[in-house]
Amino acid sequence: MVNNLTYVQQKRILIILFLFVPLLLLCLFSLYPAVYLVYLSLMNWDGYSPVKTWAGFANYKDVFANKEIWQAFSHNFVYLGWGLLQNMLGLLFALMLNSRLRGRNAYRVFLFMPYIMNGVAVAYMFNYVFNSEYGSLNTLLHSVGLDSLAISWFGSPKIVNHVLGFITLWKFLGLNMVIYLAALQSVPADIIEAARIDGASRTQTVFRVVLPNMVRVIELNLFLTIIGTLEIFDLPFLLTKGGPLGASDTFLTKTVEMAFKFNNFGMASAMSLTLIAAVIVILSVQRMVTRRWSD
Amino acid sequence: MRFQPLSFLKHIMMWIAVAVIVFPPYVLVMNAFKDKKEFTQTSVFKLPASFLNFDNFIDVLQRAHLDKAYKNTITIIVIAVIGNILLGTMVAFVLGRFDFKLKKAVMGAYIAVSFVPTITTQVATFTVINNLHLYNTIWASIVLHFGTNVLQIFIYLQFIRNIPRELDEAAMMEGASLFRIYRTIIFPLLAPATATIAIIKTIDIYNDMFIPYLYMPSRSLVVVSTSLMNFSSERSTEWELMSAAILMIMVPIVVLYLFFQKYVFAGIVSGAVK
Repeated sequence: MVNNLTYVQQKRILIILFLFVPLLLLCLFSLYPAVYLVYLSLMNWDGYSPVKTWAGFANYKDVFANKEIWQAFSHNFVYLGWGLLQNMLGLLFALMLNSRLRGRNAYRVFLFMPYIMNGVAVAYMFNYVFNSEYGSLNTLLHSVGLDSLAISWFGSPKIVNHVLGFITLWKFLGLNMVIYLAALQSVPADIIEAARIDGASRTQTVFRVVLPNMVRVIELNLFLTIIGTLEIFDLPFLLTKGGPLGASDTFLTKTVEMAFKFNNFGMASAMSLTLIAAVIVILSVQRMVTRRWSD
Repeated sequence: MRFQPLSFLKHIMMWIAVAVIVFPPYVLVMNAFKDKKEFTQTSVFKLPASFLNFDNFIDVLQRAHLDKAYKNTITIIVIAVIGNILLGTMVAFVLGRFDFKLKKAVMGAYIAVSFVPTITTQVATFTVINNLHLYNTIWASIVLHFGTNVLQIFIYLQFIRNIPRELDEAAMMEGASLFRIYRTIIFPLLAPATATIAIIKTIDIYNDMFIPYLYMPSRSLVVVSTSLMNFSSERSTEWELMSAAILMIMVPIVVLYLFFQKYVFAGIVSGAVK
């Protein structure tokens, strides 16, 4: 029967048939929630009452006036610092693995391993590492005589975000590295050879030839890192519950708290949109900077 | 052989990185095989008296309802991965082979939603799941993982571009329908991409904590992540048991990764670099 249709007709039917379910799912579970988020951010709503009242931009005003939220947001910058370090190390390790090195495949498989591990399991595993009484890190420090360094890692407000930031570096370094490695391998070998023949040193080749050829991938990795640091949620949620005294709250743990603990869904939605706006602003700035650098 | 200081330095740095990565799981392995008394009396770095003491693992299996968790997780993975493969190849076939008016809009929609952090839209997603009567059923997780995302479509599009259009044209000369071309030419030739996507999606779903935590609170619907969360809130101070529990959640996916790392890397590379 199908064969009686012309290819133009078949094409039209196939486009509708093949896109129907995927687009339905996309609309239901991604697009609609995103649009609904905008609507909710302009409403007062407790999450279960049938009545939503118009709030206008009051929720946004509340978000910007709330010191606690911006305090929490500032913690995201600690993660950003660790994220940048993670990128530098990722690039460094990728450069090493891109050169002739025995066992480089095994190293790559090892360094990437944390990325595929279950996040909940990783969180609790580090709970065990950094526990102040039984933790293996403090035990290690005591055993080598560095007792003064054995502190309460999750208990001190100044350290706690760095501990969590370190865990993100531990988990995501391999991802960065593998992406950088793939980019390095796609830099044409002949231009590197040409540079070497022209007398460029190893370092010169890296900084003048290899890295400028990877601008897009560096951009992509920074993009992933920045989004990741702005959206940190599961580690503080699982390990510290934002404590001690809110010292490890992040923008997103505050958002989720606002919605599911204080039942203030209007304000939680406004916070979400503020975060998305922040992502877009930061990315545009980053784009401008990297564009200038690559020219 | 000549001593090469640079290469030596590289190995040293690699070994430091590997040691930092291995340190936490190493401690888990050391302690998961100790009983309570042995755990409190020996150093956490000390080898257990016997690596054949599986009491902790058996204990965890029963008390954390891990059997149920594995079963639920596998069910979600099997159905959602099949969905991803079917829908992903279909979307990529249409976008990769045909020109039509809304093509850019479709691609744009997939890209746009990838900017929105999923955690932030859960309130709205929640109402959808609730209205479809999927709350507290295993289908909540399945439908939320069923659809494809922009990364998967990119991977499939990459591969479709490498399948010569002449194959399609030859089949058309023989009178094959477009659906038949999809089924007998495109779908089978996408197998390498499919392997990659299946592995990456499996890892994704296995590691997901948020969807089951929010949408499937019922005890009979635990998955591996939530079973560990429940177990931890009950026995977070029994480190030897927790060590065993964490290992039991971690090991299956690590084994899968070691077997299929080729496909994992292929996915990361074609998703990110090209």
